[in-house]
Amino acid sequence: MGHYVARRLLQMIPVFIGSTLLVFLMMYALPGDPVRALAGEKAADPTQIAKLKADLGLDQPILVQYWNYLTGLFQGDFGTQIASRRPVADVIAEAWPVTAQLAIFALVFTAVVGIGMGVIAGLKPNSVQDRVLLFITLLLVSIPSFVLGRLTQTFFAFQLGWVEPNVSLEENWHELLMPAAVLAALSLAYVARLTRTSVVENLRSDYIRTAVAKGLPRRRVVGVHLVRNSMIPVVTYLGADLGTLLAGAVVTEGIFNIHGIGLTVFEALQRREGSTVVGIVSLIVMVYLIASLLVDLLYAVLDPRIRYA
Amino acid sequence: MRGAKSAKWLAGAIVVALAATACSSGEKDDKAAAGDSKRYVSINVGEPQKGIIPSDTNESNGSYIVDAVFAGLLTFDDKGGIEYLNAESVTTEDSKLWTVKLKEGWKFHDGTPVTAKSYVDAWNWSAHVDNVQQNSFWFGDIAGYDDVHPAKEGAKAKADTMSGLKVVDDTTFTIELKEAMPFYQYKIGYSTFAPLPEAFFKDPKAFSEKPIGNGPYEFEKWDHNKVIKVKAYGEYKGANKAKNAGVEYKTYETPEAAYQDLMSGNLDIIDQVGPTDLANYESDLGDRAISQSYAAVQTLTPAFYSKSFKDIDVKVLQGLSMAIDRETITKTVLQGTRTPADGFVAPGAQGKQTLDTDVFKFDAAKAKQLIEDGGGVPGNKIFIQYNTDGGHKEWVTAVCNSITKATGVECEGDAKPDFATDLEARDNDQVKSFYRGGWVGDYPLNGNFIKELYHSQAESNNGHFEDKKLDDAMNKADASKTLEEYVAAYQEVEKELVNHMPSIPLWFYEMNGGHGEEVDNVHVDWHGQYKLFDVTVK
Amino acid sequence: MPENTAVVKETPEPVKAEAAPAKGAGTGKPRSLWSDAWHDLRRSPLFIASAVLILVLLSMAFFPSLWTDGSPTEADLANNYLRKPEWGAVFQPEWFGYDIQGRSVYNRVIYGARASIMVGVLVTLIVTFLGTLIGMLAGYFGGLLDTVLSRITDIFFGIPFLLGALVVLTSFEKRSVWVVILAISFLGWTSMARVARGAAIQVKQADYILAAKALGASTFRILTRHVLPNALAPIIVVATTALGGYIATEATLSFLGVGLQEPLVSWGVDVAGAFRSIRNAPFVLIMPSVLVSITVLSFLMFGDAVRNALDPKLR
Repeated sequence: MGHYVARRLLQMIPVFIGSTLLVFLMMYALPGDPVRALAGEKAADPTQIAKLKADLGLDQPILVQYWNYLTGLFQGDFGTQIASRRPVADVIAEAWPVTAQLAIFALVFTAVVGIGMGVIAGLKPNSVQDRVLLFITLLLVSIPSFVLGRLTQTFFAFQLGWVEPNVSLEENWHELLMPAAVLAALSLAYVARLTRTSVVENLRSDYIRTAVAKGLPRRRVVGVHLVRNSMIPVVTYLGADLGTLLAGAVVTEGIFNIHGIGLTVFEALQRREGSTVVGIVSLIVMVYLIASLLVDLLYAVLDPRIRYA
Repeated sequence: MRGAKSAKWLAGAIVVALAATACSSGEKDDKAAAGDSKRYVSINVGEPQKGIIPSDTNESNGSYIVDAVFAGLLTFDDKGGIEYLNAESVTTEDSKLWTVKLKEGWKFHDGTPVTAKSYVDAWNWSAHVDNVQQNSFWFGDIAGYDDVHPAKEGAKAKADTMSGLKVVDDTTFTIELKEAMPFYQYKIGYSTFAPLPEAFFKDPKAFSEKPIGNGPYEFEKWDHNKVIKVKAYGEYKGANKAKNAGVEYKTYETPEAAYQDLMSGNLDIIDQVGPTDLANYESDLGDRAISQSYAAVQTLTPAFYSKSFKDIDVKVLQGLSMAIDRETITKTVLQGTRTPADGFVAPGAQGKQTLDTDVFKFDAAKAKQLIEDGGGVPGNKIFIQYNTDGGHKEWVTAVCNSITKATGVECEGDAKPDFATDLEARDNDQVKSFYRGGWVGDYPLNGNFIKELYHSQAESNNGHFEDKKLDDAMNKADASKTLEEYVAAYQEVEKELVNHMPSIPLWFYEMNGGHGEEVDNVHVDWHGQYKLFDVTVK
Repeated sequence: MPENTAVVKETPEPVKAEAAPAKGAGTGKPRSLWSDAWHDLRRSPLFIASAVLILVLLSMAFFPSLWTDGSPTEADLANNYLRKPEWGAVFQPEWFGYDIQGRSVYNRVIYGARASIMVGVLVTLIVTFLGTLIGMLAGYFGGLLDTVLSRITDIFFGIPFLLGALVVLTSFEKRSVWVVILAISFLGWTSMARVARGAAIQVKQADYILAAKALGASTFRILTRHVLPNALAPIIVVATTALGGYIATEATLSFLGVGLQEPLVSWGVDVAGAFRSIRNAPFVLIMPSVLVSITVLSFLMFGDAVRNALDPKLR
């Protein structure tokens, strides 16, 4: 087990370096000079631009810049914003909690509702309830999240007045429920379908037949044997999905006025704040890598047949 | 220049503030104080782009804070006239040597006195090339500026201070200019010319996070990307003394969100109504809706180096101008947020005049004729470059449709993903035909709308318009003996501009905002910002 | 890699003739998978419904003039969106009302189909080609090549798709349909590569591959004639399901302002622009949204039907 974890952690390093380098290079290739843009429509003073760039290390060759960035990163230094001169770490630390909260709400929502729907549908394949649920999931997948976001906002907030249309500065947790549900919609549909397929498959398996033959109560068969064993592909999916949810917040946060990392990265991109963009993307990549490691370890818990040497 | 107002919906500002708890406790204080006639007033002003230093702040969010925390020598009234703040008088005999006398007894918020030295030191520091201040060029008229800020790239400063600035006594200093400038007192009304306390020079970076000024409000706290709070300074002596207890500048990601908060009473004032609510805000808010034009103009500026407009006959540009149905577009697509332009100078600036011409009137037949007479546009196609993050797409499309429909000249928007890319194309002379120009007055004089944009040496003349005779006329106007002569001379220049069309003025900006039921006396100044000190709580 | 390019280009025709026996060697059900699948599909209401919908959408994409005589770009500000839909005027320009520029929403909805469907179909083709190629090479050869290709796949997989696309697309000033297609493909090939790799690993141990090797068949021949056909079923399943997703992605990117741009007519562009009128003219927003959803739905249903037919586990 220890060896396995160590090997996996080692494998993360090239992936992490590769993906940050890729994003770093892409940011570098963007047109538009962030230092020049500071002067607005006034013509900028080349001496000042050169000096600012030197202060920020932006006058170095790209690979040197990347090396500086990477070594800084390992010391916990995410760099400095070009316009505000604030540490990127501070900016991310301010934006992170609300987005994390949003993503976790969405994940819980996805897991609970998605698995619930999937189990209900899967227990009676091809019944009416199965087909209805299948259709609902199709519908959810086919409405892009920005449309869904606007629709729920219009309907629940403007028409019915049940909820506030926007998240306030205090970011109360209940204000995040609707955005989280919208963010979760796509994954929810996938989880429901995965669960259904998995349940249908396992229903036919020998161990379920044995359990039923042993005379175990149905609740125990479904609750313990069936659901637990059907969870493996679902858990894999959920693990990989956390990163997607964090990134997907770009759309949701814009619609619901949430000051999270999605909007931070969007604005940083427009202002060419390279270190901010790379910093946030790196963090999401880290979350993704760690989540997939945890998922693999969870396998062993869920499926007694799997053991890591 | 206050930068383009950020009308983009998705990117007002960023991020969550440090601790949710810190903020919510602050919120409670305000709620307790609601109904109190001396409570804080809240407004939607987003996160300033950077720390607050008067000489480094060049965008509208930061300007709001600078104007609250600092008081300069003078400010402008609604008609573009001068109103002294910290200055007792600003006088000159020859328009070259100016004498500034300060009012006695003014203090910074840390208790130290505001003296002539506070100004001179601040200006010297701000102008110095090593301090890389965005607004340093504002000090360029002062004698000795070139020694502290050499124009040549990479050159070192030869001096630490400008020779033109001299402290006479505690409340008097003199400014010697490189050349006579009859309107110089207008320039020093810009907030960049604010004084700085001793504390600033010890640690400018720390200062920019918690500035100490001499203005009507004292800086209180900054919850990044959430809220900035300033409280009324009791010992303030200026005419713009705060009539409320303080101001909260709250960040919203979208103007729509701010509007919702205004409607539900969580916000007192909004300075921008989002496109979604424009059609309804006047009926929603009744007499609490605010719409007022201010000194800013939007233009289509031809790139005179481009294939489309190199050596173009002015008739073509006049024709294109007449092919734009400003009246209908401002009413429909822009939903009444602009007023059709009738000249190059925006209202609110001294010397604004009605030009005797039909160049700004929509007339499809005449437009077509003019373009034909002028030999047409090469390739019969033009482009309008704009940035997609500023909410310009709709009107660019409408203008293009209008031109094509009236004249048959094909027209296409040349979208740049953001302002940075847009600027880069302008700097590198890559504009294909027109670019979107926007100009908010720096000071309320007609010359500011002409010289800064159309003089061949002007920094913001990105279209490279060049006309020797006009250059001479502008130089002569700048050398006028009195302000009246100056304004009159530029009026003549503006009349002549119609025969050159260095840009096609489209419309003037209007500020569209509103306020809640609990506040009153909400007024807008000449360049579209609220006079927050005037706001009272019912 | 000219050799490899040839590999897949050649495949479609021989697949049908030789794939079935190869498959037979693996599963013991000769010829049955593909013909069974077709048999199933013809009887699936899901398949029929989605196929009809897709045909309708394709006719919009290829022959918009069948649906309307008007133009999507003709604008008359007199029709500015205060002019509401006339629900009785079926198939007429005024059917769905007018947008902010005074353009017919109906005309735009019809002409918008082309961009969306083009993006969906072409991205699927490119991603399938690229992903299959990389995945198969990694899976079949294993060893160092597998390690390297798998890590590259991981790198691309680790970058959050939406953020990656935002960055890539911002670097293009002019974003044609092709730019958007390439950007989505650039970041989207990884899941296909993983599926193809898994399938190739499974297949390469099979007896018939060993037999072919023993008979001296070239690697090229083994890959194209044996490995690929057997990996095809899961790849097709993933591809058809993903197609709808790509269409939604294009719309989302356009909504964020980094996708397609005017004067291109696209549903995503229209939805993004229509938000401003949500209070006064919601139809300008709703009509293209509905079309996006219907299109994604049709392709998803199609994908579902194909999956049901091709995935024996579900039967």
